[in-house]
Amino acid sequence: MFVDNLPALIVVIPLLMAAVTALVPSRLSNLAWLMALLSTGTSFSAAWLNKSAAEGGSISYALGGWPPPWGIEFVTDGASALVTVVVSGLAFASTIYSKPLIYNEISRGDVPRVYAAWQLTVGALLGLVMTADAFNLFVFLEISALSSVTMIAMGAGRNRQALVAAYNYLVIGAVGATFYVMGVGFLYAMTGTLNMADLAERLPGVTAKAPVLVGMAFMVAGIFVKAAVFPVHMWLPAAYGYAPTAVTALLAAVATKASIYVLGRLLFTVFEGLGDVTGLLLNWVVLPVSLMAIFAGTILAIWEKDLKKLLAQSSIAQIGYITLGLGLGTTQGISAGFIHIANHALIKGGMFMAVGGLALALGKRANISNIEGLGRVMPITASALTVCGLSLIGLPLTAGFISKVYLVLAIIASEYWMIAALVLLSSALSVIYLWKIMEAIWMKPAPHGLKITENPAVYLPLWVITLLNIWLGIDASFVTTSADAAALALMTGAGS
Amino acid sequence: MMEVSTAMWVGLFAPLVVAVLIPALAVRSNWRDSAGPLGAIISFIAALTVAQDVLAGNTPELVLVTIAEGLDLSFRVTPLGAVFGCVASGLWIAAALYSTGYMRGNHEKHQTRFAVCYAVAVHAAMAIAWSGNLMVLFIFYEILTFSTYPLVTHKESQEAIRAGRLYMGILVGTSVILLLPAVIWVWMVAGTLDFTHGGVLAGKLAPEYAPWMVALFAFGVGKAALMPIHRWLPAAMVAPTPVSALLHAVAVVKAGVFTILMVMVYIFGIDFLQVTKASQWLVWLAGFTILASSVIAITKDDLKARLAYSTVSQLSYIVLGAALATSSAVEGGVIHIVMHASAKITLFFCAGAIYVGAHLTKISELDGLGPRMPLVFVAFFLGALSIIGIPPMGGSWSKFLLMMGAVEAGMSIMVAVLAISSLLNVYYLLEPVFRAFFRPVNTEIKINSPVLTVLPPVATAILSLVLFFAIGYLTPFSQMMVTP
Repeated sequence: MFVDNLPALIVVIPLLMAAVTALVPSRLSNLAWLMALLSTGTSFSAAWLNKSAAEGGSISYALGGWPPPWGIEFVTDGASALVTVVVSGLAFASTIYSKPLIYNEISRGDVPRVYAAWQLTVGALLGLVMTADAFNLFVFLEISALSSVTMIAMGAGRNRQALVAAYNYLVIGAVGATFYVMGVGFLYAMTGTLNMADLAERLPGVTAKAPVLVGMAFMVAGIFVKAAVFPVHMWLPAAYGYAPTAVTALLAAVATKASIYVLGRLLFTVFEGLGDVTGLLLNWVVLPVSLMAIFAGTILAIWEKDLKKLLAQSSIAQIGYITLGLGLGTTQGISAGFIHIANHALIKGGMFMAVGGLALALGKRANISNIEGLGRVMPITASALTVCGLSLIGLPLTAGFISKVYLVLAIIASEYWMIAALVLLSSALSVIYLWKIMEAIWMKPAPHGLKITENPAVYLPLWVITLLNIWLGIDASFVTTSADAAALALMTGAGS
Repeated sequence: MMEVSTAMWVGLFAPLVVAVLIPALAVRSNWRDSAGPLGAIISFIAALTVAQDVLAGNTPELVLVTIAEGLDLSFRVTPLGAVFGCVASGLWIAAALYSTGYMRGNHEKHQTRFAVCYAVAVHAAMAIAWSGNLMVLFIFYEILTFSTYPLVTHKESQEAIRAGRLYMGILVGTSVILLLPAVIWVWMVAGTLDFTHGGVLAGKLAPEYAPWMVALFAFGVGKAALMPIHRWLPAAMVAPTPVSALLHAVAVVKAGVFTILMVMVYIFGIDFLQVTKASQWLVWLAGFTILASSVIAITKDDLKARLAYSTVSQLSYIVLGAALATSSAVEGGVIHIVMHASAKITLFFCAGAIYVGAHLTKISELDGLGPRMPLVFVAFFLGALSIIGIPPMGGSWSKFLLMMGAVEAGMSIMVAVLAISSLLNVYYLLEPVFRAFFRPVNTEIKINSPVLTVLPPVATAILSLVLFFAIGYLTPFSQMMVTP
């Protein structure tokens, strides 16, 4: 009974718990945190079990017992299994870590509501990944967007700019979601179905191509916005920059990952039958746009002074690497993209956590100049930041190196020599912005009269993520085989 | 003697254990500072054991983990690796003692951090020496760069930070942009990255692409300091002298030329290079680097800067040997790794001893210092002779073999290049010695040399002399590399 319902439990537990958490009175704010911990933890275990159960095949789960294509279907295959594990795992780690930062940045009375939104976001993102129904996906998209906007706006207590950032995200995100649902409308009109596998089957048979193509364009463009693909990424740096630190760590680790997964699902499963059009889309839109994202993000990060915004710019570039892998359109490329989905979640999750730790100790936003010399007073946090940063630039024996090697391998296998050269160039450029941080934190004299103690509640979860970065750089077979399974699942289609 | 498999574990991880122990022992500086020399002796014994096994015709092997399918973190000792392993761990003994004397005599800060990074760097060098495939070599090549960064910027001055940027910029930039794609390219073309006798590319890589791949490796391995990517090396001289001595005369730069030799011999294969003439252009560039950097060295008055440019020049001897791709030339390259290492570490030890003892860094200030620091300057003299290549110093063998290799390859003009370089060496390496001994004795200066800064150079100078007679122990290794 329990095992059979795992796919639903992954999503439903955080969603239900969110409703309960919202009712917790504010003087019991610890309870709110515990509930979030419990639900994300359960969800993570369920995702893990579900991944093992789906090993080598796929599980179709009909919600409420209504069989697809009429009812809503949750599909567990190589791709969704990996991404749910990554999303729920990082959500769990961020929840453990969040408590001191949330308490520090948000007034006690709002804590239960933050954790309610927190769990809504996590549940919706997981639903986004599990669902095989195009319209249900829109619903989850909206839930995750609205709840993230709520959390971002909570940053207003520290900096009023958070309100603008949240508003931007709300408007831009709504445009994206609207585009998506319009696209779904077109497809539904032409095929009469919303189930993804069913859509994939029926689309090639549709004789009037124009509405299908318009629908496809709307859907892909909408997801581009959500995944913060260049140039429709403008909402991301501000949103990550001004959200409460713990929220940034959560969103940076998981939010865009789920949307990128959806992008892959659309391109390679739903529109599988439109091979020639998808090919054009990949070659002329996804690849160039990814390269632009990589360079724009990297160069802006080099000039950025505020650490949270710097990391956000770097995320734009890293998302570019992932979409570049998908854009190659080969199994190897998609696999490389999925490897980086997992690794980048660990890298950026860890870095945002570390920067949050610095900001917590400083009592203000961390930037390049006020972290000077902090390595000497906060060695534990600073060295975790260093390790995750080295993983970001792809130092061997860290997870980032595995991402880099497999991405370049896939690019060279597709014989895009120029792209390989550009990717490696950008990777070398990323050393520059990391080194700005390293020089500031390690090479400057320790600040005077700053009384700083490191908080184990912050650095323990941070170090778990950090050690995972090293572990998955030395023994990467879990990630690489899962990513291969994911690529295979996308290429062979959902539910088959 | 220990089992070979144990010896591999010990040789690889003794430096790492030292790195972990040093902070724990930091409460007592004598304990802390004896960890390095002890670890060095242990890994040297292990390296000798492994070398002996290689000499017996075996290939000692150690597979740690499988990173991903087709990518093992594994170690397999080639004859060249055995030699480099002995050089790195053996000279670490002298360098560890010397660095204690230097750091204390100079009252340097952060001695614990320094000792930790130093040991990690040696670990990376050992791992490079014994790496089982090109990817493992690349992995530890990068680790070596990152672990030496805190050593280069040890002083934490603006100048040191700037030098650190150049160091990272060139070494990481070239390795990521050129070396990594070269490695991946080999993987795609040959289907393997294992170091294989005779190479893995023959018949798999189209000959017209071969020069390009050679170029990716030659410029990707920034540590080989080929012009025009040599500038990190003079910049790195801002580091304390023990770093310049062990790392920027031995471990780091030799890791660079070691990589070039390994790639030429075990990835391309000498025969493949001879047939395709893929490395012909590299011969000219190496020849140019040899002469140009010697000329630059003459203009430098700062002793360490002069030695740095001399290193740039000498490294290209080894690149030249690899690029000529005849058996004598490659053998000459292999032997030169050993000979230059022992001679150049001597010179750097002396430069540091002069700095600690007399606080002098410029050659023009050394007038009449010889009688005041006789051991140091005699050691310097012997080291210089070895680099010039005058018998009975070890360096004469490698120069002889390289010249023979140039003739074999039909590039007799390179014999002239080597000869001119020797003349330039005479000029710029013997100048400090002549100033020290043949100018009026300088009695004003106060000299206070810790004994640990004087004995190591004397020991390595004697080693350079002994190596001339002990060449019979080295040639079997170099011959194993080139005989089919």
